[in-house]
Amino acid sequence: MTLTRDDIIDFIYDEARMLDEGRFSEWLDLWIPEGHYWMPLDYKQTDPDLVTSLLYEDDFMRRLRVERLNGERTFSQKPKSRCHHVIQRPFVDEFDLDAGHFVTNTSMHYIETRLDEQFLLAITATHELRLVDGKLRIANKRVDLLNSDAAFGNIQLLP
Amino acid sequence: MGKYTDNPAAVAALVEQHQVHRDTYIDQEIYELEMKHLFSNTWVFVGHDSQTPTKGDYITTQIGNQPVIMVRHSDNEIYVLYNRCPHKGTKIAIDRAGNTGKFFRCPYHAWSFKTNGCLLAIPLKKGYADTAFKDSEANHGLEPVGDVKNYRGFVFARLAKQGISFEDYFGEAMSSFDNMVDRAPEGRLEVAGPPLRYMHQCNWKMLVDNQTDTCHPMVAHESSAGTAVKLFEEANWPEDKPKPMAMEIIAPFMSPYEFFEEMGIRTWPNGHGHTGVHHSIHSDYTQEPEYWDAMVAGHGEERTEEILSEIRHNTVYWPNIMIKGPVQQLRNFIPLGPNKTLVESYIYRLVGAPDYLLQRTAMYNRLINAPTSMVGHDDLEMYERAQEGLHAQSTEWINIQRLHTEEENYDEIAVENGTTERQMRNQMNAWVKFMTMTMSDKVEAAE
Ligand SMILES: [Fe+2]
Repeated sequence: MTLTRDDIIDFIYDEARMLDEGRFSEWLDLWIPEGHYWMPLDYKQTDPDLVTSLLYEDDFMRRLRVERLNGERTFSQKPKSRCHHVIQRPFVDEFDLDAGHFVTNTSMHYIETRLDEQFLLAITATHELRLVDGKLRIANKRVDLLNSDAAFGNIQLLP
Repeated sequence: MGKYTDNPAAVAALVEQHQVHRDTYIDQEIYELEMKHLFSNTWVFVGHDSQTPTKGDYITTQIGNQPVIMVRHSDNEIYVLYNRCPHKGTKIAIDRAGNTGKFFRCPYHAWSFKTNGCLLAIPLKKGYADTAFKDSEANHGLEPVGDVKNYRGFVFARLAKQGISFEDYFGEAMSSFDNMVDRAPEGRLEVAGPPLRYMHQCNWKMLVDNQTDTCHPMVAHESSAGTAVKLFEEANWPEDKPKPMAMEIIAPFMSPYEFFEEMGIRTWPNGHGHTGVHHSIHSDYTQEPEYWDAMVAGHGEERTEEILSEIRHNTVYWPNIMIKGPVQQLRNFIPLGPNKTLVESYIYRLVGAPDYLLQRTAMYNRLINAPTSMVGHDDLEMYERAQEGLHAQSTEWINIQRLHTEEENYDEIAVENGTTERQMRNQMNAWVKFMTMTMSDKVEAAE
């Protein structure tokens, strides 16, 4: 069985559903350990390292984030937040079966809620995926917020 | 007119040394008086001059609730002007940063102004020929604020035309800024990118108080820092492998009470103060030889030793900024209402230093200060709960009594146990001073 563009697209949908259903441990396993989850602060930012980003998280930080969400003394998650992704069909921008390398571009509306508050973020997610032992994995993920330069309150889950 | 306007005695009565009345945190009238008096009489941070490196460069920001433009004029000096056309009130600039060339031009009726604010030209000027326009306020151009000081790149302004001088206001407190700038081999800083912008539904003073609150990290941040320490232990990290930078930053938040007691707090007059007199949570950061060499080349060995052994934690410059010298960051707590504060967190590059330092500074900013930061979530949850809790009728007072053993004189510099709440008391002492110094006393006079 060879991988098709539809398999790539399904992967993106599955990831969003995982996050919305709070299956964060499963989500962690989607990643290649070296991969980074990046949310730039500036529109069209190119440097994740020497200027501020909202997120630029490696395996350790992702695990910490997920572990913290379930912590006994994580007061900002009592009660817990919930999130919801509405995603447009991803563009498969690169499809290199031989190299096992794929890039998608996906527009989403991300909604997060806790207590009486709810907010909406319009985002574009860029996924770099790789085939590892026959399975698709996230090599890197970049999330651009349409209004990345706006002032936000807490964004506690994972857009 | 409410309870506090023109009533300095009522304002002063809100602050006792060991406790503060909740109206200072939740009352709309008090907030408006803060904007009118406190943020006018004090020296407030505006920006860094590397944000406006060339002539005509400007940024827009606010001092208290006052919209201002910070701009580099043709004489290369930094000017701070009210962002209001003297004609109809239109804001002259609304981009957060830009270059206006040789002059500002109002987009509404094309009145133009030099970058020092002077009125340059008005279209169809003859329409004012037979009027008394030259005597009107509109003829002044863009009004400059009361006074401006550029201290080693950091620009401060006092809105009030008359008042305390910059030197008298800050005094020895500027030593933390000196240390931050001296940490650059070339002795200057440059801003690195735009600030994080984090909206808080709480009073601005809750953030200021938190900067020297050394009894909260091991409690409120157990969820983030405690979990980090636990995960790291479970990871069986090889001894010889360098610790991840993120762990260096986040683990010290879980230091025990004794660590914070021993680190010490120093307070200066006028509400300034800092934690980390002897050591701090930034003390054990890895230092690469490359940086040491660059510092020695710039400052000599003795000075380098002196500069790098001063590892302060948070320095509060009253009223509304905090800097971390060893991390080259500045947080600006901009009051938007009694229960709304915008926090802008800036980072700076040490000119002449290797990149790993800026890498750590940027990491610190996103791990601790971002709206997406776990540590930020821990803190904001506490502030917002307090902002709501203060409305309870059970008591109207906020307690700031820790290690208040006798009457304190805040005009004296003091170094004390790092868990004292003396700095919070020092702040509120300065609050009364700068709130009431320009308040007329109509209420008392009428009685
Ligand atoms: Fe904190």
